[in-house]
Parts: sequence; structure tokens; C-alpha cells
Amino acid sequence: MEEIQSLLHGFAVALSLKNVVLMFTGIVLGVIIGVLPGLGGANGVAILLPLTFSMAQTPGGATSAIILLSCIYWGALFGGAITSVLFNIPGEPWSVATTFDGYPLAQQGRAGEALTAAFTSSFVGALIAVIVITFLSPLVASFALEFGPPEFFAVYLLTFCAFIGMSKEPPFKTLAAMMAGFALAAVGTDPVTGALRLTFGSVYLLKGFDFLTAVIGLFGIGEILLSLEEGLSFRGGRAGLNPRVVWQTWKELRRYWATALRSAGLGCFMGVVPGGATPASFMAYGVARRMSPEGAKFGTGKLEGVVAPEVANNAAGTSALLPMITLGVPGSPTAAVLLGGLLIWGLQPGPLLFVEQKEFVWGLIASMYLGNIAGLIVVLTCVPLFAAILRIPFSVIAPIIMVICAIGAYTVANSIFDVWMMVVFGVLGYAFKKLQYPLAPMVLAIVLGDRAESAFRQAMLVSQGDLTVFFSNALVGTMTGLALALLAWPLVSLVFGRLRKR
Amino acid sequence: MKSAEAVVAALFILIGALVMTDSVRLGFRWADDGPQAGYFPFYVGLLICTAGLVNFVQALLIPPAKNGAFVEVGQLKLVLAVLVPTAVYAALIAWIGIYVASTLFIAYFMRRLGGYAWWKTAAVSVGNSVVFFVVFEIWFKIPLPKGPVEAFLRIH
Repeated sequence: MEEIQSLLHGFAVALSLKNVVLMFTGIVLGVIIGVLPGLGGANGVAILLPLTFSMAQTPGGATSAIILLSCIYWGALFGGAITSVLFNIPGEPWSVATTFDGYPLAQQGRAGEALTAAFTSSFVGALIAVIVITFLSPLVASFALEFGPPEFFAVYLLTFCAFIGMSKEPPFKTLAAMMAGFALAAVGTDPVTGALRLTFGSVYLLKGFDFLTAVIGLFGIGEILLSLEEGLSFRGGRAGLNPRVVWQTWKELRRYWATALRSAGLGCFMGVVPGGATPASFMAYGVARRMSPEGAKFGTGKLEGVVAPEVANNAAGTSALLPMITLGVPGSPTAAVLLGGLLIWGLQPGPLLFVEQKEFVWGLIASMYLGNIAGLIVVLTCVPLFAAILRIPFSVIAPIIMVICAIGAYTVANSIFDVWMMVVFGVLGYAFKKLQYPLAPMVLAIVLGDRAESAFRQAMLVSQGDLTVFFSNALVGTMTGLALALLAWPLVSLVFGRLRKR
Repeated sequence: MKSAEAVVAALFILIGALVMTDSVRLGFRWADDGPQAGYFPFYVGLLICTAGLVNFVQALLIPPAKNGAFVEVGQLKLVLAVLVPTAVYAALIAWIGIYVASTLFIAYFMRRLGGYAWWKTAAVSVGNSVVFFVVFEIWFKIPLPKGPVEAFLRIH
């Protein structure tokens, strides 16, 4: 049981006073970010990332930095549930399914029960996913140590094809957004030959587009513009949580262990596949409705309808970190931002991390356990405080969020040009959201573009331009085949849909 | 909706074409030492064009019945009422520094869109910048853009 030993060592790292303080700071910041409109996991972490640059330089600092940032992520995952239940506003796309039964419960004056159920389910989902990460990631990493460029490119291909095959947006819009991301990633100096690409003589474009600026603009500014449209009235139920309600709800929740396990399984599986958290929460809700004896009453305020999507989205959100630390391929935009952080701190994400940076990896995994426990304590005790934030009028909170975004964009590279780019990306994000162009594959393409291209070119160099290298052995062949199958999936389902209609 | 869809799709085709032209300039074939710099972006550009074309055709095929407005006039006004000041704010940062620009930006928002009293507006906008100044310049030691006001106050 080498994993247990490494994990115990990780706990020792994560439990230092400094790291525990950072953990709670991260959780509180994360919940606030998750509650506020226009700030979510991805851009919240992106804005705070520059603050960790100097922290990561000190010995052991990278571990502290990742603990802070990942705890912001857990906090945002918890925070999404608060707005869904109390205000019927999903703070994150994956919290949409939580509103189906959570908000009716709040309207019936049972907000406390709904929140307890949501938080507890989030915790259980995350916990199961962390256990999966603990035991699966060393295996995946040691397996991936054998990977060469063709295998890595096949993994990237699989990631991006999964987006086209699985997203609910039109496939060609997904493709367009993704490829635009690759094009943005290509701007600047070619990593192999050093030639200048797509700069069109502009000095500003020499260093290329920073994905952090893109994330802050697309998700932050775009989101604020969008929420302006939907009106600004936050009307919602009062949140009162006392120990008796929590205890009562916990007793009732025991009945739904089967739903929770099923949803967690679904979530873990979908989280490892990119773009997973949102579909996972919807699928878990759908499956629970079909399997539950009270399925017909779903949507009117059943606790089970809160449990299923919350377990699934936290399991998916957490397990999205598995491919990030083992393969260097993030499963979600937030995981992509964390991956960008690792690169900036000088750590190379991928299988070698488990060999060369044992302390970092296991510190991170241990902090996942502790961070989620800390998160559960914080949200259960401080709900009224967080709900109060939503009562700050929009005309006060919106410009402050904009200022925070601008500071975030500036500190990425100390350049005012990035602030302007952020505004441009904001308009882009607004238009994309309105027209159903997905943002996640675009962000992932900006982050992974150069790496995917390098892997492709190295593989091509080895094979002398022969594309069959991606089918040269069983492993790479399976991955490429699976990727192509996912790519063809929208077409297949379209044909089947037509046939069934006849 | 239809025209917005078509315009965005057309923009994608344009970007794709731009990427392809630049890739052709760099060379998108095989050289003796492997693929040239434009090899990968060329196909990226090609895919953007293809996807853009499909989206463009699909936009044109939207039946009139489903052709809702992309944005209503009232909504657009609200969005522009935020977007324009934000763009001005981003431009102002270069001239007068981020702290003064943020103060003006928040004040404008609260006064024009929120209709707050002057003293409330001033308290929040100035207070916010002071807090950010303390956090970034003093606490985290991250210098943010500053302008003539900071120079006058000698707090560089």
C-alpha cells in the first residue's frame, strides 16, 4: 500500500499551519467567487493566479500555492449550490440541475434542508472522486510514463474529439470555437522553428495571447454582460441553518445512498472525460428520476433531486483533476487554469510529476480531502453571510467585479494591452454564449494548443510524415480510434434520430 | 438571430482565411527537417473555414418562425451602458493609472445606473481603490499602473 504511505506523508505536508490557513482562505474566497455573478471557478482562479507567482518561489511554496488555488475551486463548487437553491440562479453551468428541486424546496420554506442536502452531497461526491484519484492516478501516471509523442497527441485528440461528441452545443460550432482557440494559441513565436506566426507585424502580438486574459474576459466580462440582460433582481428565500435541521436532513439523506453512489460513479467517469461536470449533473438527475420510486414528483422539491446532481457535479469537478496531474490534460476550464499555474511555477504537469515532485502531488491530493472537509464546515456555518453578498445591489458589485477582472488581467504579464484584450474577449464571450458557441473547448485549445502541436510535429518527425503512426500499436490505435468514434458520434446520433422518427 | 449567426459565422470564415494565408506565407508543407512552421496552423485555418461555412449555411436555413431577436432593444441599451464605460475604463488605465480610473468607473456606475447619493458613491468608489492599493502595492507588493495623481501624491 504505497499510496497510503505517500498519502500520509502528503497529509503531513498539507497540515502545516500555513497551509491550513491558506486552505480556509481559499475556501472562503472560492465560495464568494462561486456566489458572485461574473466570477466563477475558472476566472476566479485565473485572477488570483498572479498573486501566487512570488509565493511559489519559496521552498515548498508551489504546494501551498496549489492548495490555495484548488481550495478556491472547491469553494466555488460549493458556492454554486447556494445561489441555485436560494435564488434560482445557477452560479455555474453545472449547478443548473440543482435548481430543479433545490429552488422549489426553498420556496416551500425548506431552504435549510435543501442547502444541507446540497452541501453534504457535494462533499460526498468530492470525497468519492478524491478516493478514486488517490488510487487511480499513480496507476495512470506509471502507465503514461511509457507514452511517446504519438500517444500524447492521441490523448489530446481524444480530449478534443470528446468535446465535439459530447457537448450539447451544435458540433460545428464546437469545432469552430475550438479551432479558433488553436489559432489563438499559435499566435506568436513558433515553439519549434522560432518563426513568427500570425503576428501581422504587430509588436503586441509577439508574445502571443495569454489564456488567463482570455479566461478572465470570456468568463468574467462576458458573464456580467449576459447577467445584465437577464435582469438584476435577486429575489430569494432566507437561509437559516441550525444544527437541528442539519441533523434531521442527514438522517433523511441516508436513504439516498444508492442514488449518491450511482451519481458519484457517473460523475467520476464523466469528469475524467473533458467537459464532464455539466452533462454529468444532468445525467445523474435524469437517472435518479427514472430509478426513484418517487420519480414522478421530481421537480416539485424532492431532496433526492438535489442529491443526484450535486454528488455528480462535485465528483466530476474533482476528478477533472485526475487527467490534469497524471497526463497534463485538464478535464475542465478550471483544471486548465490550474495546469497553466503549474507551468508558470515551473512544474511540468504529466506522468513525471509523480516521480519528480512526489511531495507536491501528494500534498495536493491530501489537501483535496482536507479542503473538502474544511469546505463543508465553512458553508454549513456561514450560509447567511454568503447569501448576504447577493443582496449587494448589482450597480455596486458589478463595477467592482470588473475592476477585479482588470487587475487580474493586468497582473498576468504587467501589460495594459492585456486589459484591452480582456474587454475584447468579454464581448466575444457574450456573443459566443448567446449564439451557443461553447467556451470550454476554446479555452482548453488555447492552453493546450502549443503542446498538442509539438506532440503532433514530433510524432510526424519520427514517422517521417506517415499518419499511420497514430495506429502503430494497440494503445495509440485504441485512443485514436475512440477519438474518431467520438468525433463521428453527432453524425451517428443524427442518423439514428432520423431513422427512429420514420 | 439569423443575421447575428450569419455574421459570426462569416467572421469565423474570415479568421480562418487569415490564418491560412499567413500559414501559406510561412510554408505549410514538408521541408527536409520536418513540417514547416505553417503546417499545423494551416489545417487549423482550414477547419475554421469549414466549420464557419457549415454554420453560415445553417444560419441561413433558420426558419423565419424560429428567428427570434438576438437581443432586445432594452437589453442592448443595458449591455451597451456597461460595455462602453468598461471600454473607456480600460483605455483610461493607461493614462491616469488603475486606481483613479477605477474610482471614476465605480462612481459612474453607482451614480448613473444605481442612482446613489453623492456621499455614498464617493465613499464606496474611493474606499475600494484605497483597499486595493493597500492589498496590491503594500501587502502583495505587486505594482499596478499609476498616473499623474499618484505622482502628485508621491506614492510611487
